[in-house]
This record gives sequence, structure tokens and C-alpha cells, in this order.
Amino acid sequence: MTSLYEEVRGDNSEEVPTRVVTVRVNGVSVSAKVEPRLLLAHFIRQGLRLTGTHVGCDSSNCGACTVLLDGQPVKSCSMFAVQADGHEVMTVEGLSSASELHPIQEGFKDEHGLQCGYCTPGMMLTAKALLDENLNPTEDEIRWALSGNLCRCTGYQNIVKAVLWAAEKMRAQAGK
Amino acid sequence: MYPSRFKYESPKSIDEAIAFLTKGSGEAKILAGGMSLIPMMKLRFASPETLIDISNIPNLNYHLADSDGTFRIGALCTHADLERSSILAQHQPTLAATAPLVADPIVRTRGTFVGSVCHADPQGDWSSAMIALDGSIVAQGPKGRRTIAVRDFVTGPFQNALASDEIAVEAVIPPAKGTRAGGYLKLERRIGDFATVGVAVALELSGASVIRAGIGLTGVGSSTINAIDAAQSLVGSALTSQAIERAADLAAQAAQPRSDHRGSATYKRQVVRTFVARILTEVSSNQVKAA
Repeated sequence: MTSLYEEVRGDNSEEVPTRVVTVRVNGVSVSAKVEPRLLLAHFIRQGLRLTGTHVGCDSSNCGACTVLLDGQPVKSCSMFAVQADGHEVMTVEGLSSASELHPIQEGFKDEHGLQCGYCTPGMMLTAKALLDENLNPTEDEIRWALSGNLCRCTGYQNIVKAVLWAAEKMRAQAGK
Repeated sequence: MYPSRFKYESPKSIDEAIAFLTKGSGEAKILAGGMSLIPMMKLRFASPETLIDISNIPNLNYHLADSDGTFRIGALCTHADLERSSILAQHQPTLAATAPLVADPIVRTRGTFVGSVCHADPQGDWSSAMIALDGSIVAQGPKGRRTIAVRDFVTGPFQNALASDEIAVEAVIPPAKGTRAGGYLKLERRIGDFATVGVAVALELSGASVIRAGIGLTGVGSSTINAIDAAQSLVGSALTSQAIERAADLAAQAAQPRSDHRGSATYKRQVVRTFVARILTEVSSNQVKAA
């Protein structure tokens, strides 16, 4: 069990409340003792060392920290790790297998769907949630689904193309 | 950013949640989706001693219509649930128009309807829709349940009528006597931004005639505005262009906007007028099409 304490050492003035959480992250069950105020984003990045999840605005605006919670996109900077107890989380590290990129990752590569790359993990996970529900989205539906993810490089055209590319490949793989 | 330290409880029943609230004596807060509360805690605008997470309480995630037409939304029903709802699309035009405009798609997967109304942000979309529909919040405390009309429930900016030991368990919209019509329009700088202006209109029609009307205004006052004179002016007559213009003017007068980085007061008032007229004109043209 990993113990996660942030900003706690040296502060003995009060008893620190903790709680044990068990979260399935990218298919692996992880248990940790955490302070309730630990954000899910920090649990993932500092506790589990999965630094593919980026913290951008830290205020629920930009979507860079998006992960999938039970398959649905959530902003991990605006959720506590304790709220994920008993749930399943997927981060960008869970997209690819050891040898193969996920079609969404391939699409972002092929269509130049990233410039600085900071928003990319969030974009890809939101796109995954969309494609899991709808393998044949229109450009409009993609733009609508990604409207909570901001790209400061403003590379939206290619991001949308990348998702269309991935959708096509995933349809082909599914034989549809 | 970290919020200040708090105790975390995750009760399995409403009674248990109320017991934690009572024990917290005013320093405990209910956590549902957390999409408003957690950002406020990170900014330290809110520092509750205890957070009572109700997400593990069963049977609170519902939205349904009773046989008499009363519409109920449970405390854990999310914006996304409502956005995808066929019941909403068929029977609640004002709510159906509001759902896809709340925050952004990712926030909508966690944020809850009832939580949003409780948060009582003057720029919250649902409170306006609820005021237009004459909706209520059902509060449950140690002494039982009571129903509070949303127009009385929202008592000011970020303030509601709940007692410190009460939890909002459900939102209720009364049955319609006529055919429902209406909509919600929102001006925002980008998706996910707060409303520069939002307008909710809920009508009940009998033939061409309006038999009930409600208009709620978002973001143009220190709290959600109930444009009661504008709504009343519509009742008893058809949606003629004169009636639409009069209601739009009265709604613009009811708005109390302030000039800020999102626009001048004059501009916002003009947007209220335009949005009211636009929604009413659409309802009227749908009537013509249907006839």
C-alpha cells in the first residue's frame, strides 16, 4: 500500500484524516491511504507516477486532466481520489498496449493532431468516450464532444481530423 | 491548488447523511457531483469541515414523470443524464433546451441538476429553467420532508433556503395543464464559460392561447431573476407579435445586469429582450406549422 501525503509533513497540529481507497487504474487494482482532499489528478500523477495525465488550468476549465471514470470523461483536477474509491479509471497510459498504439493515438500521429501535446491526453480520452458510444460521429458531433477540452495551440482542425481518422480505423477493425 | 483539510463521509442512506449533517452543526456540506463545490473549495471560497458524499446512496439517480405528469429529478441525476433523456425531449421542452448548454460535456457527466440548483449561482442555468417552470426542491431533514418553490429556495447569490441539517433530495416540476412549449437560450463567450445572459421561457398553451407562462433570467442580477410581469403579460392571449414584443420589453426591464468584461449592462439587457422574443417567436411559428 502506498501512503500519499502532500503538504502534511511537519504539520502535527491536528489529526490528519485519512481513508483507504481502492481504484482500478488501467486494469490494475491499486489501494492507497490518502487524505480526503487529495485530488484524483495528484493521486494519479504523484501517487501512481502516471504523469501522462496533465494538470492545465487546475480549475475545471481546460480538460487537460481528463481521465475516464467508468468509461465517462471526468476532470481529475476537480475530483477527489476518495470519490473514485471502488471505481475504474483509465488514463492515457491505458490506451495503448505494450506493442501497439490505440487507433486514436495513431490518428493524432498521422493527422498531426498535436503541437505542444499538453492537451493531447485529455483530448484522446474524451475522444475515446465518444467513439465508444458512437463509432460514426459527424465532424459536428466530434467538435461538440471535445468542446470541454481546450487546445492553446488552437490545433482544433487536426484534432478533429485525427478523431475522424481513428473512427474510420476503428470501424474497419470492428468490421462495420 | 489544495482545498483546506476536511473530514470525508460517504453515507449509504439519506438518514445517515442527515445524521452527519446534524453532527456537523452547520460546518458540513453535501457533495454530489462536486463540479461547483470542489473548484470553490480549491479557491478556498468554501472550507467545509466535513464533506458528506452522497454518491453511494442508492436510488437517487432518477428522472421520471408520475402518472399525473409531475416530473421528478433525483439528487444524483446528472446534466448528461438529462441531456440524453427521451422523457425530457418529449415532455419538457424548456429543460431539454437547457441541458446541453450547462457547462461543458465533461462537467455534465458528473455535475448534478439538484446540486446546481442548490449552488444558487446567479449564472446557473437550471435555476432559471426551474423558476420558469414553477419548480420546487424537496428538502429532507431530521423532522421529515418539506417542499420549497425554487423562487423562494434561491435566497441570494450562492444562498439557498436549506437548513443546515437538511438535504435536497429531489427537484419537482408540477404537471402541465396545457401543452408545454418554451426554450432556453444562452450567450457565452465559449463553451463552459458562465452565461453572459441566459433566458428560460416555459409556456403552457391551450390552442393558440397561453394559459401559463414563466420566464427566468440567468446572469443578469445578483441572483436568478423571476421576470414575473413579462410572464404574466403573456397569459390569456395568443402569441401575437405585439404580445411577444411587450413580454420581451418587460423581461428586459426586469433584468438588473451590471457592466463587466462580458458586456455592458445595456448590451445584456438588449440580449434578454432578443432572447425572449426569439424563443416566443419560435413557439409561435411552431404553432403555425402545427395548425
